[in-house]
Amino acid sequence: MQLDDQRTTVYKVDPGRPETESLPLVRTEELLLNMGPQHPSTHGVLKVILELEGERITKSTPVMGFLHRGVEKLAEEGTYHQFIPHTDRLDYVCAMYNNFAYCRAVEKLMNITVPERAEYLRTIVAEVQRIIGHQFWLGTQALDIGAMTVFFYTFRDREILLDWFDELCGARLTTSWYRIGGVERDFTPALLSKLRAFLDYFLPKIDEYVVFLEKNRIWVARTKGVAVISAEDAVNFGLSGPTLRGSGVDYDLRKYEPYSAYPRCEFSVPVGKNGDTYDRYWIRVEEMRESAKIIRQCLDQMPAEGPVMAEVPSVTLPPKERVFTNLESMIQQFKLFSQGFDAPKGEIYCGTEAHKGELGFYIVSQGGGKPYRLKIRAPSFIHMGAFDYMSRGYMIADAVTIFGTYDIVMGECDR
Amino acid sequence: MHPIAERIQREFPEGLVQAVEWRGDLAVTVTRKALHDIARFLHDDPSMDFDYIVHVSSVDWPDDEERFEVVWEFYSIRKRHRIRLKTRVPEAECIVDSLTDIWKGADFMEREVYDMMGIRFRNHPDLRRILMPDEYTEGYPLRKDFPLQGKGWRDTFEFLNEAQG
Repeated sequence: MQLDDQRTTVYKVDPGRPETESLPLVRTEELLLNMGPQHPSTHGVLKVILELEGERITKSTPVMGFLHRGVEKLAEEGTYHQFIPHTDRLDYVCAMYNNFAYCRAVEKLMNITVPERAEYLRTIVAEVQRIIGHQFWLGTQALDIGAMTVFFYTFRDREILLDWFDELCGARLTTSWYRIGGVERDFTPALLSKLRAFLDYFLPKIDEYVVFLEKNRIWVARTKGVAVISAEDAVNFGLSGPTLRGSGVDYDLRKYEPYSAYPRCEFSVPVGKNGDTYDRYWIRVEEMRESAKIIRQCLDQMPAEGPVMAEVPSVTLPPKERVFTNLESMIQQFKLFSQGFDAPKGEIYCGTEAHKGELGFYIVSQGGGKPYRLKIRAPSFIHMGAFDYMSRGYMIADAVTIFGTYDIVMGECDR
Repeated sequence: MHPIAERIQREFPEGLVQAVEWRGDLAVTVTRKALHDIARFLHDDPSMDFDYIVHVSSVDWPDDEERFEVVWEFYSIRKRHRIRLKTRVPEAECIVDSLTDIWKGADFMEREVYDMMGIRFRNHPDLRRILMPDEYTEGYPLRKDFPLQGKGWRDTFEFLNEAQG
């Protein structure tokens, strides 16, 4: 088809402006752009000041703290048991894993061994939570980049698991199901069969998600070779989880410092090669499959019955039915929640492999029922430290991909 | 004594103050002067090889002579061992060497310590508040003398004052 000269408009130069050759045709200057805090792709309230040259990012300065609630300060004022619901509100998308990481840290401080069945229950629920986290990540990341359909598929399946959580502990997001020394309650037979049914249903669904993305040219173009970080740099920045493993480092605390029922399960840790967003996406998809594998093994190996809470009356909570019928148990429960237990003097750090990365708790105890100092090692916060380094040289639109590739949640980042 | 602590003592006889092992965690307290050299040694020495920074934290001990304690935690991905490096900082001279030149990840973590506890880091590239607003002047929230309910702003809420009569 020929261009029709008649129909193209010819713009004439404004006669009021003198035509001089000294005027530069293109003006170049650095542009400052505030991205966020209300930008939908910032997953909460994060602001980044981008310094741009054209559309290229030359420097970026993250501004955080919009969701800062002083959780670490609050921890110093409550007993150890009372802090469990606060951990739900860190990474509010994956509350179970926060509970798990915190309870493990306190158990290390108190030197408590968790009964075997409880360990299996904990592992199962943690892996269910990992699947939820990765589904959530996959849906929102694809949505941010422009592939809208996957979002509906992942969220449809995530709903099933959230309803399962609802049945397990009465809450979909702020779960608080883990307890120091065990878990709040055992699975019912209905929950077990629902979980098994979900696993059969879920594995083919992963292939369904993948089809939408791996054949999608936009997705591939916007993830391959974007936000590349080398293995040395990723380690030096303290990145963890899939963000680090994408660069080819197989650092996974489930393998490096095995805990709970993980040493008794067979699973592999997917590791990327190029350290780009695509590799991290692939890792998360593979981790969903591995999680399903772990859950299935745990369901098969789990002892049919047994206690789900360690019997250490000075620390752990009595079972609920005893609290309502037995005076001693009621007093025990009351004392534990109002005064707390007497923790020994000392300090510990305990890291747990949450789906975002290493979620750790550093607790300093001076004796007594409250932590003297509690520090949360939040992977989202530490990943943001590498944002400037990883975003330099990419386009503005890639900033969205880079937020997403860390899987940040501002509740955890700002604490 | 833990072999890592022993090695540090051999290399830096004046730098090491104390080494404690509790619940399987090794915590080494060093002098403020030797901190940067010891950190460099931990990172570069092939038998130490602490390439991964876990967290930077701080503890406030108001009754002690040297009030603050800054805590770094490192991990070695190849050797799979862990160390907690601590140093004490007095309130009068509240500054300590930054380790950002060794571990780039320390940048944000040290900024958080500065924001929350008011400890400054020498040679830090960009030492500003990170979680609190830039213009916040009420102090450092995680210090023990900072009240839980916060300072300043609460008193300006008119409805609160009315209720108190």
